[in-house]
This record gives sequence, C-alpha cells and structure tokens, in this order.
Amino acid sequence: MGQEQIIFYFFAASVLISALCVVVMKNLVRSIFLFFVTLFSLAALYLFALADFIALAQVVIYAGGVLVLMLFAFMLSNRELLNSLKPTASGFKINHFAGILISLLFLFILFTVIIKIDFNQLDWMQERVPINASDNTTHQIGIHTMTTYLLPFEILSVFLMMALIGAAHLARRGNKA
Amino acid sequence: MIPISHFMLISAGLFCIGLYAVLTRRNAIQVLIGIEFMINAAVLNFVAFGRYDKISGGGQMFALFAIVLAAAGVAVALAIILNVYKYFKSINPTKTDTLRD
Repeated sequence: MGQEQIIFYFFAASVLISALCVVVMKNLVRSIFLFFVTLFSLAALYLFALADFIALAQVVIYAGGVLVLMLFAFMLSNRELLNSLKPTASGFKINHFAGILISLLFLFILFTVIIKIDFNQLDWMQERVPINASDNTTHQIGIHTMTTYLLPFEILSVFLMMALIGAAHLARRGNKA
Repeated sequence: MIPISHFMLISAGLFCIGLYAVLTRRNAIQVLIGIEFMINAAVLNFVAFGRYDKISGGGQMFALFAIVLAAAGVAVALAIILNVYKYFKSINPTKTDTLRD
C-alpha cells in the first residue's frame, strides 16, 4: 500500500465519518462546523481524481460561501431553536427507523451494483484517454468553457442572476409575500 | 492510481448519509445539509469519471456547473428558510404544513 493509497483512504474515512457525525449530531452549530471537515476532505478526494480546479472551487464556494451563509441563517433563525431541539432528542421515533431502513437498503443496492460492475470491460472504458498528473487541467477547463460548453455556461450565468435576485427579494425586510 | 469503483463506493456512502438526513432530520438547515451531501456525492462521481475523459472534459466541467448550481440553490433555500422562520417561528419541516396564509 503506497503513500497515495494511505492518504486517499484517510480522507475517504474522514469524509464518511464526519458526514455521519454531521447528520446524527443534535447540536446544529457543531454539525455545521463539522460540515467544514467533510467539505475539505471531499476537496482532497477531488485532487485524487486529478481535478485540482474543482477542488479549489469546492473550497472557495462551499467553505467560503455556503457555510458562512448557513451560519448566518442559523444565527438569524435560532433564538429558541436550541432549547426546543433538546426534548425531541429522547426517544427513538418510528420515522427514524424507516429513514435508516430506506438509506441502508439504498446503500446495499448501490454497493452491490458497483461491486458487480467490471469497469475494465465496459465499452467507453476501452477507448478512454485518461488525464495525466502532469496535464494542465485548469487550462483545459478554460478552453472547454469557451468552446464546447459555452451554452451551458451562459445559461448558468443567467440562472445565477435569477437566483441572486430571487434570494435578495425573498430575504428583503418587510416582504409582504 | 485509485480504482474508480472506490470513488463510487465513497460517493454511494455519502449519498445515503444525505438521504438519511433528508428523511429524518427535524431541522430545515440539516435537511439542506443532507441535500448538499447528495449533490457532493454526485460531484465526486462526475470528477471520478472525468479522469478518464481528457478529450471532451465533460466530467470536470459538469462538476463545476453542479457546484455553482448547488451554491445558488443554497442561497435561495436559506432565504426561504428565514421567511418560514419569520412566519411559523419554527424551521421544523413537519410543522410547516400550510402554503397559504
């Protein structure tokens, strides 16, 4: 087992364990801060798939934007939430059991499918052109954005503007809606 | 070189954790975090497959698009959560059961 494998499985374990902690944690502040750990470890996993620009975007957008936004919403909506969460912590509800059952069954299905596939036999895997570690993927992404994927890129920019205006309108003070 | 099936196993686990959060949490922000986990699992798959697709680069491009879409979704969802809190004084999804005034 080489150095690469050890680091990869360390980050994989970190992703799964911290995600599980985020989900079971009753304390919302702790769960949001553990979400940081999950996102950073995921960015490390993206690096192992040779997607350095995606990893950087993950850190900037999620850790820089989404998490701050979540903390902000949490602070604004949370006066009595912390107290009201504690009584519900006791007791194992029937809908918890159903949720656990559904997720475990789904996990089982996904695992059996993934383990059964022999990836090297697939057609598209035969004619693959893998990315090398020395390739400049950021350069490639820039070229692709302006050529092959120009239409999705433009649609995305319009969509982002819509989302921004919508969010600003929804969060406006004295909104009658 | 890490085999692609290991990436897929990790993303399957992450997806199911997100599914569990969406199904059982009683706090809208944690439900939102569950949705983010599911989106991130999809992005991990995109990136893992994109490693074998140097010519068209579809995996990495759509991973980038998915991250941006998720961020926009979070902004709108949090604005809605704040409004729901203002109106119902609670962000428990099971208690917010009317759309009208």
